[in-house]
Amino acid sequence: MRIPWRELTLAGTVALSLGAMTQVRAEVESQDPIKLTLHDWTGQLITTNIMAEVLKKAGYNVELVQADYLAQFAGLKTGDLHVAMEMWETTGRDAMDEATATGKVENIGETGMVAIEDWWYPLYMKERCPGLPDWQALNDCAEEFSTPETAPNGRYLGGPVTWGGFDDERVEALEMDFEVVHAGTDAALFAELESAYQRQAPIVLWIYQPHWAPAKYEGEFVEFPAYSAECYNDPAWGSNPSMAYDCGKPRGPIWKVAWSGVRDKWPGAHAIIDSFRVNNDEMGAMVGAVDLDGESLDAVVGQWMSDNEERWQGWIQ
Amino acid sequence: MIHGRLDAGLYRWLWLCLLLITLVLSNTSRSMARALDARWLIKYPGAWRVDMKSGISRFMQWLIDDASLGPVAFSQLTRGIAWIIEQPYQLVLGFLSSGLVTGQGSNAVQHLPPVSWLAVIVAVAVLGHYARNLWLALLVGVAFSYLAVFGQWDSAMVTLASIIIAVPFGVIVGLLLGIGMYRHAWFDRLLSPLLDLMQTIPVFAYLVPILVLFGFGPVSALIATIIYAMPPMVRVTALSLRGVDPETRELGIMTGCTSHQLLWRVLIPVARPGLMVGVNQVIMLSLNMVIIASMIGAGGLGYDVLTSLRQLKIGLGIETGVAIVVLAVALDRLSQALSERSDAVLIGRGGRSLWRQYPRLTLVLLTLVCGWLLGYGIPALRDYPPQWQVSTGLFWEELVRTINVNYFDELEVIKTHILTLFMLPIKRFLLGIPWPWGLLMITLLALRFAGWRLALMSLLLSVFILVNGLWEDAMTTLYLCGVSVIIACLLGIPLGIFAALNKPLGRAVSVFIDTLQTLPSFVYLIPVVMLFRVGDFTAMIAVVLYALAPAVRYAMYGVQRVEPQLIEAGIVSGCNAWQLLMRIRLPLASPQILLGINQTIMLALSMLVITALVGTRDLGQEVYVALTKADTGRGIVAGLSVAFIAIIADRMISASARRAQRRYSLGGDSSR
Repeated sequence: MRIPWRELTLAGTVALSLGAMTQVRAEVESQDPIKLTLHDWTGQLITTNIMAEVLKKAGYNVELVQADYLAQFAGLKTGDLHVAMEMWETTGRDAMDEATATGKVENIGETGMVAIEDWWYPLYMKERCPGLPDWQALNDCAEEFSTPETAPNGRYLGGPVTWGGFDDERVEALEMDFEVVHAGTDAALFAELESAYQRQAPIVLWIYQPHWAPAKYEGEFVEFPAYSAECYNDPAWGSNPSMAYDCGKPRGPIWKVAWSGVRDKWPGAHAIIDSFRVNNDEMGAMVGAVDLDGESLDAVVGQWMSDNEERWQGWIQ
Repeated sequence: MIHGRLDAGLYRWLWLCLLLITLVLSNTSRSMARALDARWLIKYPGAWRVDMKSGISRFMQWLIDDASLGPVAFSQLTRGIAWIIEQPYQLVLGFLSSGLVTGQGSNAVQHLPPVSWLAVIVAVAVLGHYARNLWLALLVGVAFSYLAVFGQWDSAMVTLASIIIAVPFGVIVGLLLGIGMYRHAWFDRLLSPLLDLMQTIPVFAYLVPILVLFGFGPVSALIATIIYAMPPMVRVTALSLRGVDPETRELGIMTGCTSHQLLWRVLIPVARPGLMVGVNQVIMLSLNMVIIASMIGAGGLGYDVLTSLRQLKIGLGIETGVAIVVLAVALDRLSQALSERSDAVLIGRGGRSLWRQYPRLTLVLLTLVCGWLLGYGIPALRDYPPQWQVSTGLFWEELVRTINVNYFDELEVIKTHILTLFMLPIKRFLLGIPWPWGLLMITLLALRFAGWRLALMSLLLSVFILVNGLWEDAMTTLYLCGVSVIIACLLGIPLGIFAALNKPLGRAVSVFIDTLQTLPSFVYLIPVVMLFRVGDFTAMIAVVLYALAPAVRYAMYGVQRVEPQLIEAGIVSGCNAWQLLMRIRLPLASPQILLGINQTIMLALSMLVITALVGTRDLGQEVYVALTKADTGRGIVAGLSVAFIAIIADRMISASARRAQRRYSLGGDSSR
C-alpha cells in the first residue's frame, strides 16, 4: 500500500504541537504513564483493570500493556513495564525470586487472593468411585482412571512441569497406583477436562483457583492429608515414614510485583498499589460474570468500582 | 570397475552389520549396563557435565550491564536501534489502528481517528485491481471484509501494522544477503550456519535477551519476527540466482553489462519466480510469529488467539486464526501480483507508478477523506458496528463436541495403533542406544556421506549436546521430529508433485498449505488435545501439520520450473506420463525437493516449543522451562542443541543428495 508519508508527517507535526497545549492534571508526582501488564486469563484482567481504574481516579496516567506472564520480568527489570498485578506463589515463585534478587524488581505484597490447587475430579465420578473425595478412595478405583497408555495404573493429568507441585513424588510417597502425565500448558489441561466432561469420561487432574473452571464444571478437590511444612521437609512425617510429600499441596498467596523504580517515581501510586486487596469470593464471582454469563469486562469492573467506592477511596488516602 | 562394485557390496554389508549391532545394543543396553555396573553407559553422569549455562548467562549479563562501544553502552545502542524501528511502526499503527495521538497512556489525546475500515477495504481492493484484475480486487476485498464482519478488525490492523514494517525489511535485507552469498563463496560459508541458527534456535531461547536489549514491546516482537522470517529469503535468493541458465548470464555479459547491470537487469528479473517464493515465505513466517510476538507486547490477532483458547472458546480461536490466514493470503497474492506487474526491478517498489493512475487513486483518497469526515457524524463508518458482526463460534464448538462424543473411541484405537506400532518402537530404539555408541554412529554416518570434515563437525556438535547433559532430551527430539518429518514428506512431496501437474489442484493445494502454515498451531492444538489427549501423538500431529508446507511447496515449485522444451523433448522421444515424471521432471526438480526436505526439518525443529506445550519431554521443553525460570544460559544452550541437530541433519541430507545426483550423472547445479 502506498502511504503518503510526507503529508502524514506534516499532519503529525501539527497534531503534536496542538497536543502540547492540552492541559494535564498535575497534582501527582509524574504524568508518565504507569504501565500495568495484562496476561491471558480473565481474573488477572479484572484485577489489573480495577487497579488501573483506581490509579486513574487518583490522578495517575496509566497504560495497559499485553505481556506474557513470565516473559514480562525482562520488561519489569529494565523499567519498560512497571506493575504486574498477579504473580502466583504456585506458578511464578521461581521467576519472581530470580527477579527480586537482582534488586530491580520489588514484591509489593499480597493481593488478598489465595491460590488453591490440587487434584480435582468432576462430580459424576462420585458414582463410579464411592468414597470420594478421600484420596484413599480415589486410589481404590485407580483403574477407572486408566487409559491404554497407563493401564493398569490410573492417569493423573498434572500441570506443566514448570509449575512444580511435586505430584510425581506425592504418587510415590502415598504409594498410589497412578501415573503422572504432565500437560504442557493450562490450555491443554482444560482442553482435556472439557473433552472428558463432554463424554462424562473419567478424569482426575490439576485444577487451580481462582479460575473459571471450578465454576463451569461441577467437581471437587481430592482430600489429601492436610499440608504442613514438616510434611514437605521431614520424611518421617505422615503415612510414609521414609518419604516427604505424603500430603496435599500448600495454598499460597497471589503477589503484586513492580519495577523497583515505581517507589521513587510514583510514591503515591506505590502506596495505593500496596493497599490493594480483593478476596477469592468476589474475584470468583466477577470471573464467572465475564466468562460464564458473557458480561463485558468493563461493565463488571465498573460495577465493582461503584459498589466498593468506600474501599478504594480508603486506598487512595 | 569390478573392484569398485566389490567395494560397494562390502560397504553395504558393513552398514547392515552396524545397524544390527545398534539394534541389539539399543535393546540390551539397560541390562548390560546393570550387569557391568556401568550406569554411565546409558546415562551421562552429572559429574562429567561442563557448565556452559552459567557462562552464557554471565556473558549476557555483562553485555547488558557493562559492555560498551566507546562512550556508548551496548544496551543504549540497541535501544537506539529499537527507537529507529519504532518510529515508522508507530506511524503505520497510528494510521491503521490507534489514530494519531499525543500524550501517553490514559492521558493520550486523539487528533485524527484511524482510517475508516471502509477506506482500507476500498484501498486494498483498488490495489488488487491495479496489480492484476478485478478478480484479485474481489479476493482481497472479501478477505479484508472478513476481518470486519467477524469482529477482528482492530486486532487485525495492529497485526497488519507490524507486518507492513517487518516484511519489506526482511525481504530487502534477505535479498541483499542472498546476493552476497551468490557472489562470494566465503560469505556463503559464513552465513549458511548462521541462517540455520536463526531458523532453528527456538524463539523462546533468545526472547529474554532480546527483550532486555530492545525493550519490552512491539519492537522486540518485530525484531524476533524478522530474525525468524528472513532466512528463507536469503536461501532462495542465492539458489535462484545460481539456477539462472548460464546462457542467459553469458548473453548479458556479451551485450556489455556491467556486473551491477548484469545482476539487477538480467539475473534478478530472470530469477523472479524463485524470489517470489522467498517473499511468500517471509510473509507466511512473519504471520506465523504473531502468537509469540503477542506474548511480548505486540498485541493484535495473536493475543486474541491465545486468550480465546485459554478460555476454551474454540470457535473464537478458529475465527481469529482464520483471520490471520486471510490476512496472509491477501498480502501474499497482492505481493505476487505486484511483482509481476511492476516494471521496476526491486521488489517492494511495485507501487511507485500508482500516482499516475489517477482514477483509482482518486477513489481511494475520496473514501479515505469521506471516512474521516463522515466518521464524526456516522460512527458506523469509523468503527464497524458490532451488531453487524457475525460469528460461527458455536458451529465449531458443536463440531468438536460431536466428534468428541461420538468418535472418541475409534480415534483412540487409531492413535494407539500408530503409537505402539510405529512411534514407540522408534522412541525405544533411539533412547536405548548407549551414548558412546551413538557418538560413534553419528560420526561414521557423517564420514560416509560427506567425508572427515563433516564427521569431525558432527562429533563436536554432538559432544556439545552430551556434555551439557541433554543427550536424552536430544534423542527424544530426534524421535519426535524424525517421525514427523517422515510422515510430512510422505504426504507432502507426492501432493506437491500432483499439484504441479494439475493446475486447479495446484491452486487448491496452494491455499491449503498457506492455511496450514499461517493458521497458528495453537488453534488446532487444542481440539487435537481434546480428541487425542496430551502426549506424543498430539505433538506429532501438530508438527506434521506445520512442517508439511515446505515439502509441498518446494516440490511443486521444482516440478513446475522444469523447462517445457525438455518435457517436449521427452514427449517427442516417446516417454509416457510416468516416464516423463520419473525420468525428467523429478530428477530435474530434485534440488528443490531436497531444499523442501531441508526446510521441513527446520520447521519441524522450530515447532519443538509448541510440542512442549502439550507436555513432551524434549529439548523444546528444556527451552520452555528455561524461559519460565528466566535462565538465559540454559535456554541458549538448549536452543543451540536444537540448532545443532538441525545442522547435522541438514548437512548429511545435502551431502547424500549430492552423491545421489552424481550417481545419476546430473552434476552441475547442486542444491546449496
